[in-house]
Amino acid sequence: MLEKALTGSRRYWTWVLFLLAVIGVGFIFYLRQFSYGLGITGMSRDVSWGLYIGQFTFLVGVAASAVMLVIPYYLHNYKKFSKIVILGEFLAVSAVTMCMLFIFIDMGQPTRVLNVILHPTPNSIMFWDATVLSGYLLLNIVIGWTTLGAERKGFPPPAWVKTLTFISIPWAISIHTVTAFLYAGLPGREYWLSAIMAARFLASAFAAGPALLIILAMIVRKVSKFDPGKEAIQQVGKIVAYAMAANVFFLGLEVFTAFYSNIPGEKYAFDYLYFGLQGHGKLIPLMWISGILAVVSLALLIYPGTRRIEKILAVASVAVFVSLWIDKGFGLIIGGFIPDPFGKVTEYWPTVPEALIVLGVWAIGALVLTILYKVAISVREETADVPKVTELDGIAEAELATIK
Amino acid sequence: MSINRREFLKIVGASAILALGGVAIADGIDKDNLEVSQFLPEPGALVAGKWAMVVDVRKFKTEDDYKRVINACNSIHNIPDFGEPKDEIKWIWTDTFEHAFPDEYEQKYMPASLERMPFVLMCNHCDNPPCVRVCPTKATFKRADGIVMQDEHRCIGCRFCMAACPYGSRSFNWRDPRPFIKKENPDYPTRTKGVVEKCTFCVERLAEGLMPACVEASNGAMIFGDLTDPNSEVRKALSSNYTIRRKAELGTGPNIYYIIGGTDNA
Repeated sequence: MLEKALTGSRRYWTWVLFLLAVIGVGFIFYLRQFSYGLGITGMSRDVSWGLYIGQFTFLVGVAASAVMLVIPYYLHNYKKFSKIVILGEFLAVSAVTMCMLFIFIDMGQPTRVLNVILHPTPNSIMFWDATVLSGYLLLNIVIGWTTLGAERKGFPPPAWVKTLTFISIPWAISIHTVTAFLYAGLPGREYWLSAIMAARFLASAFAAGPALLIILAMIVRKVSKFDPGKEAIQQVGKIVAYAMAANVFFLGLEVFTAFYSNIPGEKYAFDYLYFGLQGHGKLIPLMWISGILAVVSLALLIYPGTRRIEKILAVASVAVFVSLWIDKGFGLIIGGFIPDPFGKVTEYWPTVPEALIVLGVWAIGALVLTILYKVAISVREETADVPKVTELDGIAEAELATIK
Repeated sequence: MSINRREFLKIVGASAILALGGVAIADGIDKDNLEVSQFLPEPGALVAGKWAMVVDVRKFKTEDDYKRVINACNSIHNIPDFGEPKDEIKWIWTDTFEHAFPDEYEQKYMPASLERMPFVLMCNHCDNPPCVRVCPTKATFKRADGIVMQDEHRCIGCRFCMAACPYGSRSFNWRDPRPFIKKENPDYPTRTKGVVEKCTFCVERLAEGLMPACVEASNGAMIFGDLTDPNSEVRKALSSNYTIRRKAELGTGPNIYYIIGGTDNA
């Protein structure tokens, strides 16, 4: 099926070449990082994780969110998702790929990556994160590819695929729970040390992932003959609305506990992110943009009158995605490191090479997504007029009846 | 149920891969559990049930007292000097009371001398080290005698331990440290970029029967010994002085104790 990605319009190839160029730039800067060390980034002794780990965390959520399509379609037999579900599964594949790359480029000694397998350490959450992420990648590749392959031949997918989809549901929850546990179990990092961290992660994931999917579905509809369905997109819009509401609610819970208890350690990170601490506040504008976008998008999504207008739904989806990218892909990680264990503030801002490497990885993700979507769309366009096996059976039976 | 040749081979192949993978992982877990201290110590080595340190802050009087201690460590362990805080590597350093004990600092009317007094800080060699708990490769591990060690050859540089350490005791080599070592000590290894490092309670000196370098240079201001031995110097110091530890409320069980005393003793 992969050969479908090798033929395409001029526009398709321009896009692919553009992505390759961005990847190339990122790769050149990665080589510089490889030879100089991670000092090429804005990270420091005090803020020892930055944009790389932030992207990883955010994208685990995007990957996990495929489950919001898998549950209605496979568990509740919600037929309107039959076309869009493959887009969700392939988005998960692309997102997990990026997650792994972000972890890889964040390593000080990337050539030793196999030590995680050679010296398996079950007491480290990182070990479990690597395990569940690779499992999830495999699940989504196998499910997506087999379903599409069967569809191409006009057959329903084999029965074992359904078993795999059922496994993939708790698995999706697990990848983001385990990712939250990376942070939520560390003594002395008060901003992360919260029991609702995993719940907050899942809520923001189920908003950001489907929001991205709405945008992607609209793009797919525009550039190809494949239509994921107007009603399916509307339904995903509802999912985003619920999840975003839960996310904002959870953030509110954190704010209440921190400020009503008045415990300094609980408040510092919020102070730094939204108001500034000890005269430092590089992230203040970003965090307020995130907050405003969250409120605006929520208003547009909750009110059915605006949500039903596709253009507004698109704008709201972009707002949700940007808001959560700032909150989780940037603020969450940096906030956890400020103030440092000494109560001092050391600020972080990504460097140009760091940002270009990040862009390069996003471009790899976009390329993987483009190829997978191209295959899916080509198969769908091709089979649009091929009758299903079940229909053929019907015809055969009818013919038999007439002969008798 | 009957299976054909192709299916049979598939099952055999898959089982073999799973079995081999399982054996490899089980083997890895088993081998890693070998204790370093299972090897017999050299004759003359200093041994203990649990090493600990008492820092008598009252005995640090001049700036030179701190510098001597810190330089002793830096010169022996090939600690680079980058001249800027972003890439900084530190095994032992000083900071104010406010920063060493941020949670105790709410009380604002303490003796001015205490407020200005620098505290010697280093790895606490915790009883329950969060860094060891989170390390995905066991590159950082705890020895039977309590010392928290770092294997810089196994470290993948993920820096999870730095996020986990509530004491800021760990440093990462953001760039090649070697050009920034003032005078290299050929008897101690230098490190490469991309790995984490920290204080080791001078295991290499203990193995030769010597006290940690900072203790030796402190003129009695730092006491080092076996916490499980009631007659050890550290136990005597702990039973006759009021001491505090950094962030003991986190349950990490830090093993560096501070005698802060008051102005009367200063």
